[in-house]
Amino acid sequence: MAHLTISKIITRSAVSKYATRLYPFVKREPYKNTRGHIANEINLCIFCSLCQKKCPTHAITVKKPDKIWEIDRMKCIQCGACVDACPKKCLSMDQQYSAPSPVKSIESFHQEASTL
Amino acid sequence: MGTRTIIPFGPQHPVLPEPIHLDLVLEDEKVVDALPSIGYVHRGLERLAEVKDYNELVYVAERICGICSFIHGQGYCQGVETLLNVEVPPRAKYLRTIWAELSRIHSHLLWLGLFADSFGFESLFMHCWRVREKIVDIIEETAGGRVIFGSCKVGGVRRDISNDTLKRIRGELAAIESQYNELKPTFLKDASVNRRTVGVGMLSREQAIALGAVGPTLRGSGVAQDMRKLGYAAYKELQWEPVVETAGDCYARTVVRVREVTMSFDIIRQAIEKIPAGPIAVKITGNPTGEFFSRLEQPRGEVVYYLKGNNTKNLERFRIRTPTFANSPPLVIMLKGCELPDVPVIVLTIDPCISCTER
Amino acid sequence: MIEPQPITTIDRSELPAKTATLASQGWRLVQICCTTGDTSLELTYSFDKEYAFSNLRVIVPRSDAVVPSITASYLAAFTYENELQDLFGITVTDLAINYNGKFYITTIKHPFLQKKTNTPASTMPA
Ligand code: SF4
Ligand code: SF4
Repeated sequence: MAHLTISKIITRSAVSKYATRLYPFVKREPYKNTRGHIANEINLCIFCSLCQKKCPTHAITVKKPDKIWEIDRMKCIQCGACVDACPKKCLSMDQQYSAPSPVKSIESFHQEASTL
Repeated sequence: MGTRTIIPFGPQHPVLPEPIHLDLVLEDEKVVDALPSIGYVHRGLERLAEVKDYNELVYVAERICGICSFIHGQGYCQGVETLLNVEVPPRAKYLRTIWAELSRIHSHLLWLGLFADSFGFESLFMHCWRVREKIVDIIEETAGGRVIFGSCKVGGVRRDISNDTLKRIRGELAAIESQYNELKPTFLKDASVNRRTVGVGMLSREQAIALGAVGPTLRGSGVAQDMRKLGYAAYKELQWEPVVETAGDCYARTVVRVREVTMSFDIIRQAIEKIPAGPIAVKITGNPTGEFFSRLEQPRGEVVYYLKGNNTKNLERFRIRTPTFANSPPLVIMLKGCELPDVPVIVLTIDPCISCTER
Repeated sequence: MIEPQPITTIDRSELPAKTATLASQGWRLVQICCTTGDTSLELTYSFDKEYAFSNLRVIVPRSDAVVPSITASYLAAFTYENELQDLFGITVTDLAINYNGKFYITTIKHPFLQKKTNTPASTMPA
């Protein structure tokens, strides 16, 4: 039986720098693959609704006549199924997490008529 | 004989953030009987199979539990692949093995920390989680999420890890392992830890089998059974043996997990060494038919997925038996005869994951 | 590699005797599962012995959903059998530890027996 087996680690961490970051002053760089939130390059979108069909949580609504693409951020689980499905590759997975929010809201993207 | 008192333990208890309730019958300080009950947060996930098609259900399966998320997804996918008669490409099998072992390491380190916390060893708890954080970073780098991998799909995996990244990860894992090795003696030899674990919560080999224990709870009682030996994913091509301890007490169950972390580091090393090149997924056509029990080893023990397909997009029945569900009845025996302050320690040695259990 | 997964269909009256034999041979109870059919309920009892996997199947009509308990040979079955009672409305006789419908406290009685159209959409979180 041994006593105080953790003392070496504790002494070391007492004199070395923090293992944690001083958030929010120091922020961690997200990884390239980090699934943060879905971004849409709306001008490339052809409103085919494939993303809406593939989304397992029904977070996406595509309104083709109005050229509107909507996403409910609170429903989205960042699975990336929509990104895989999009034929125009206008959807992408951004590395930044979507901001916390006290209310549920739907983010809409409009395509200007002139860009088509 | 002293007076008998019944005291409730949980569903809200400082040592366990998840709702499990125990009725403890005490004679003075001694527990003479214990009855676990769950069911506070039952979600009825199994029936989502009726509204989600079999490809979408992967996302549900992964979210059964945050800690063994990858292995839940993997078990579900392996089940559907068997029903569809699909052979997954070898590279995908190796990637699944690597991710599954990463999640085993992070789960065991999480447990070791919580276990230290259960007997009040706060600094050990912090240090386990400090080491674990590095593993979680590797998971995020390779899979994109810290907890939910989102990497398994029916027919293979959704993303590859390049060979260069794998090499770098092998180096990082070696550094993490040496940090982990510094923590090991505290669990294995420290007098203050051993006083709380040795000889506490006994479960004999016969009792473990009769009460259907699984995973480290079963192996801590001397039964060499590890579902990875069934040879799914890449496990049959790698060198490893189930970790067994014979004492059947809390200490034995801790040692099993402590040694399994080392084994997982070794399995990942071998897998990175041997990983073949090639595609990572095959195309899936058709609908599942037939029935199959998919069995895998999770950090907490054997998990069983029963899948029954009827040649439609939705499974007819999707049933999950999680390890904690199987490990709850043995608690009844383990708790008998222990002292009240040992109850949290014993409950934690089955590594209860109630969110899995309340699927 | 897929291990063979034999399923033997037996009558419910044979259940206690068959499980007693398995228990004495050192088989471990893996799980009990229920699948709902239109008129019947299909129960599967799975056992494991050193990686060998074997199942017993009992089919009972919905109108007479009663099975004998196997807790005499496998005490651990009490969790599964209470689950059968609470989610599927099956009556398990001679159950050693009976929660009497309080194992899972659900809004709808026997939720797993309902047809999927009966799931009240209003109780789903928006
Ligand atoms: S990431 Fe997944 S959940 Fe989110 S919008 Fe895309 S498909 Fe839907
Ligand atoms: S799949 Fe792509 S192109 Fe089609 S509607 Fe969605 S975002 Fe637009």
